[in-house]
Amino acid sequence: MIVQRRRTRSLGLASRYLILALGAVVLVTPFAFMVSVSLKGRTMLLEVPPRLFFKNPTLDNYVTAWTSNQFGQYFVNSLGVAVATTVLTLLLSSMMAYGFARFRFRGRGAMFTVLILGMSIPGMLLIVPQFLLAKDLQLLNSLPGLLPFYVGGSLAFNTFLLRAFFERIPRELDEAMEIDGAGPWRRYWNLALPLARPALATTAIFTFLGSWDEFAWALTVINDVEKRTLPIGIALFTAEHGTQWGLVFAASVIAVTPVILVYILFQRQIISGLTNGAIKS
Amino acid sequence: MTAAVTASPTIARADLVSTRSPGRRRGRAGLPGYVFVAPGFLAYGLVVLWPALQALVMSFQQYKLRKGLASPFIGWANYARAIQDPVVLRSFANSAFYVLVTVPPQLIIGLVLAILLDKAMPARTFFRVLFYLPVITSWVVVSLLFKWLFATDDGVFNWILTSIGLVSHNVDWLGQRWTAMLAVSLLGIWKGVGWSMLILLASLAGVSEDLHEAAAIDGAGTWRRFLYVTLPHIRGTVVTITILLVMGGLNVFPSILLMTGGGPADATQVPLTYIYKQAFTFLDFGYGAALSYLLAFFVVVISLLQYGAAKLVERRSE
Repeated sequence: MIVQRRRTRSLGLASRYLILALGAVVLVTPFAFMVSVSLKGRTMLLEVPPRLFFKNPTLDNYVTAWTSNQFGQYFVNSLGVAVATTVLTLLLSSMMAYGFARFRFRGRGAMFTVLILGMSIPGMLLIVPQFLLAKDLQLLNSLPGLLPFYVGGSLAFNTFLLRAFFERIPRELDEAMEIDGAGPWRRYWNLALPLARPALATTAIFTFLGSWDEFAWALTVINDVEKRTLPIGIALFTAEHGTQWGLVFAASVIAVTPVILVYILFQRQIISGLTNGAIKS
Repeated sequence: MTAAVTASPTIARADLVSTRSPGRRRGRAGLPGYVFVAPGFLAYGLVVLWPALQALVMSFQQYKLRKGLASPFIGWANYARAIQDPVVLRSFANSAFYVLVTVPPQLIIGLVLAILLDKAMPARTFFRVLFYLPVITSWVVVSLLFKWLFATDDGVFNWILTSIGLVSHNVDWLGQRWTAMLAVSLLGIWKGVGWSMLILLASLAGVSEDLHEAAAIDGAGTWRRFLYVTLPHIRGTVVTITILLVMGGLNVFPSILLMTGGGPADATQVPLTYIYKQAFTFLDFGYGAALSYLLAFFVVVISLLQYGAAKLVERRSE
């Protein structure tokens, strides 16, 4: 009985790995081609069928993309915008979340409801009036001009997540600090924020990824070539230079690598953050 | 079980406090609340709420971009035009196709992967990370990558299909409506499976091990245990994921824009690419705004219908 059970279990394990391996192959193949093409010299690109593995890989595409096609500049642009967006969003949304979680004031319920309802507004609905707003505020064709819109777009969701987290912090801790004479700002900064560090890390990562990858808005408002972010840099390079796939994919690898590194470094954090969020909702 | 037991003393204490001063437990009154909420809410109001209202107004106008020109109100004319616009109908049909083709596989494959990766096993983290990689990869990058894979003459996909003999000559994937929609849908599935897997993994982690064992002792096989123990527990999550996937599918944008550009001859337009074209190619902001509200209306209605259907099923099964 026991032997038989163990045998079926190991059979189950084998077929489990088989399915997972099959899935992994389907998943990895496109990435493998991307990296492979980015390492090919000019002459090998025309090869049909394209070979995944080949002799004499070269980094020429990376050098060309980074220097003469300004992808280095785009990388710096994207990094600056994403970091600034993340810092501003975290500050504003954690303050809002703390206000909603810990204080009673007129209109609190209404404001929170409006915030949640706003999450279901499709971004494309806003893009036209936001464009006019950006024009009035002279924020068109400017990298710092992207920030208000990136921050505004990610406030609702982050506030929602962080409020749920703040509400689980026992109020007794606040009360103890208050007895010691700490005002609201100190309770927020020295108590709530440090305790919410896991939730803050998760929201930080997703806000960073969101603005690092944002495409439609940057495409709409950025005109100058040297002000492009990586997503529109890559998309417009492809549109302008036809099919120099070696360069396109080298730039793509440059754009994707930091994201993958961040994910692998923080994956435990991300999964537990998502888990908390999922259970909450 | 054990968690509930250890948690109960704190709950009891919290109850005591709350009966003594119910008002205090709900939070403090006054100014500090506004100070914390105001900066974020004002920013939100300026860049989200105000533009949303403005779009609503614009959708009833023949919007003139040039300064000094008045934008006359034209009633429901933009909406009436939308209903008669064949491309609008086609774009909604295309996004319906996209939703129908991408949502079930994302759910089913995501669930299979989640179940396979739920129990401890060697290399579990490796697979979890691997399947999530497309989710975090930029839409621009994967769209261009799939455009290259689905190229007609030197595309990898055609090469695979011809070498295993499924097709005799190269398919013009991105040059025809339905094959192009299929290619974009395959990208959608490939990119989205890891997301539903991760959310479902979180939900599966909450399934009671005791209940599974009890069912096993009662003689329930794997399939029956899934049906009667696992499924009821994750049902809420499945409903949420479905609603979010449908919503996401109706909002498909960068992959269409970069793989087909909505072409050939508007054959593969979806609502967002068509709205974008009306607004920023034809500069018809009023019409674009009306189309946006039409889409938002559909998204809300469809989400509510799904939610209602889920509630109905739940009540029936109780």
